[in-house]
Amino acid sequence: MSDPLVIARGVGKKFPGGVHALADVDLTVERGQFAAIVGPSGCGKSTFLRLVAGLDEYTAGELTVDGDVPLHARRRRRDLAYVFQDATLLPWRSVRRNVGLPLELRQQSDEARIDEVLDTVGLSEFADALPAQLSGGMRMRVSIARALVTQPGLLLLDEPFGALDEITRQRLNEELLRMWERDHWTGIFITHNVYEAAFLADRVLVMSARPGRIVADIAVPFQHPRDADLRHQPDFAKLARDISEQLGRAHS
Amino acid sequence: MNARTLIKQIGPPLFFFAFFILSWHALVELFDIPPYLLPGPPRVADAVSAHAARLVDAALLTAMGALSGFALSFAFGFAIALLFSQSRIIERGLYPYAIFLQTVPIVAIAPLIVLWIGYGLQGVVAVSFIISLFPIIANTTAGLTQVDPRLLDLFALNNASRWQILFKLRVPNAVPNMLTGARISSGLSVIGAIVGEFFAGYGTDDFGLGYLIIQTSGQAKTDYLFACILFCTLLGLAIFSTVGLVSHLLLRRWGGA
Repeated sequence: MSDPLVIARGVGKKFPGGVHALADVDLTVERGQFAAIVGPSGCGKSTFLRLVAGLDEYTAGELTVDGDVPLHARRRRRDLAYVFQDATLLPWRSVRRNVGLPLELRQQSDEARIDEVLDTVGLSEFADALPAQLSGGMRMRVSIARALVTQPGLLLLDEPFGALDEITRQRLNEELLRMWERDHWTGIFITHNVYEAAFLADRVLVMSARPGRIVADIAVPFQHPRDADLRHQPDFAKLARDISEQLGRAHS
Repeated sequence: MNARTLIKQIGPPLFFFAFFILSWHALVELFDIPPYLLPGPPRVADAVSAHAARLVDAALLTAMGALSGFALSFAFGFAIALLFSQSRIIERGLYPYAIFLQTVPIVAIAPLIVLWIGYGLQGVVAVSFIISLFPIIANTTAGLTQVDPRLLDLFALNNASRWQILFKLRVPNAVPNMLTGARISSGLSVIGAIVGEFFAGYGTDDFGLGYLIIQTSGQAKTDYLFACILFCTLLGLAIFSTVGLVSHLLLRRWGGA
C-alpha cells in the first residue's frame, strides 16, 4: 500500500551565487513514515528540507507535498512543523508562551494542549522560565514541544540534536521516538549521525556530497516500540555499519 | 543589591567627586583666582542657597520642556521607525534626511525653529524634540529590521501575517534597541530644552535654566552661573538615570538578551 505525502522528482537547487546545492533528488516519503536523511556536511540536506517546507524555491525538477507545491501545501494544510538546528526561541517569551506561539499565530488558544506537550517533554516545572535560564538540551525540548503543539501532520527536523552532548542526544532520541510511536506524524529527519538515523527512522536515505543526490535508500527493519537497548543489538550495529559504508562511498 | 556591592558601585565615583571639589577649591585659593573668573565651591554653594527657590522653579520648567520633547521624540521616532521597517523604499528614501537631524548644529537652527513655532514652552519643546528624535529612529529601525532570519522562517512556517510578524516578532525584538535609543535621547532632550530656552525664553516671571544662564552670564554673576550649570547637570543626570533604571528593569524581563 502506497500513500505518498512528499514526492521529489529530479529536484535541483542552484543558488544565485552559483552554488549547486542539490541535483536530481528523487525520493518519496509515505504518510506516517519517519525518514532520515544522512549525508556529509554541506551536502544540501538542510536545503532540501527548506524546499519541502516552502521556505526556498527549487530550480529544477518537481516537488510536491500532498499533491501541491510546498508553499501552497503549507498554507492550505497548516499542519507543518519544523525544528531548527538551534532551539530558535523568542528570548523575551517564557517557555509556555514560546510553546504556545504556533497556536497564537493560528489565532487559537489551548492551554490544556500546551500543558500536555510541556509534560511530554518534561518541562512542566519550567513553564514560566525564560529561555536564557535553561540549558541547551532543555531549550531543544521547548523547541520540540513547540513543533508538536499543533499536532503536525508533517514534521521536519533539521539536525535538531547536533549541538548537544551524546547523553542528552540519546535521551531526546528516545523521547522523540516515543512521541512518534504515539502520534505517527510523517517525519523527515536530517542528521549526519548514522546511529541516530538508524535508531529513529523507518528508512535511511543517504545523500551524496554537493551537489546532493540520494544515493542509497536503506530500510530499517526494527519493530516498534523500540527502546534504548536496541543500540546494543548486533543487528543494529550491522545496519549502522551498512549506512556508514554507503555514506563513505557518498563522500568520495 | 546589598550594602557591599552598593559601596563598590558608588564608592569610586564619590571618591573622584570629592577629589575634584577639593582640587577646584585648592586651585582657586592657591592662585587667588578672582571670583568673576572662577568662583570656588563655597561661593557656588552660597549662590545655590541664595537662589534655591528660583533655581528649582527654573529646573522644573526646563524638565517639563525636556520631558515633553523626549516623549514626543519617542512617539514620533517609533512611528517613523515602524514605517521604515515596512518599506525598504521609504527607508532608503528618507533615512538620509533623518541623519540630517543628527548632523545639523542645533544651535544654528534653534532661532529658526523658535521663529516658526513661537516663543515659550512650545519653542523649547520643539528644539528638544528635534535634537532627541534621531537616536530613537536609528535604534528602533535597527531593532525592527535586524531580526534573526531563523525567527522570520519560524513565523513564515506558521503562515504568520504581516501584522503578526510586526507585533509579535519585530517590535518585541526592537525593545532593547528602543531602550538604548531612549537612554541617548533622554540626555539630548535636556540639552535641547536648555538650548531652546536660550532663544525661546519665557516671560519675565517664569523661566528655565537656559534663560537663567543667558541672564547670569550677561551680568557677570559667575557664581550664579555656576549654580545654573550645576542644576543643568543634575537635571540631565536625573532624567538619564531614571530612563536608565527603567530600561535596566525592562531588559531583565526581556530574557537577558
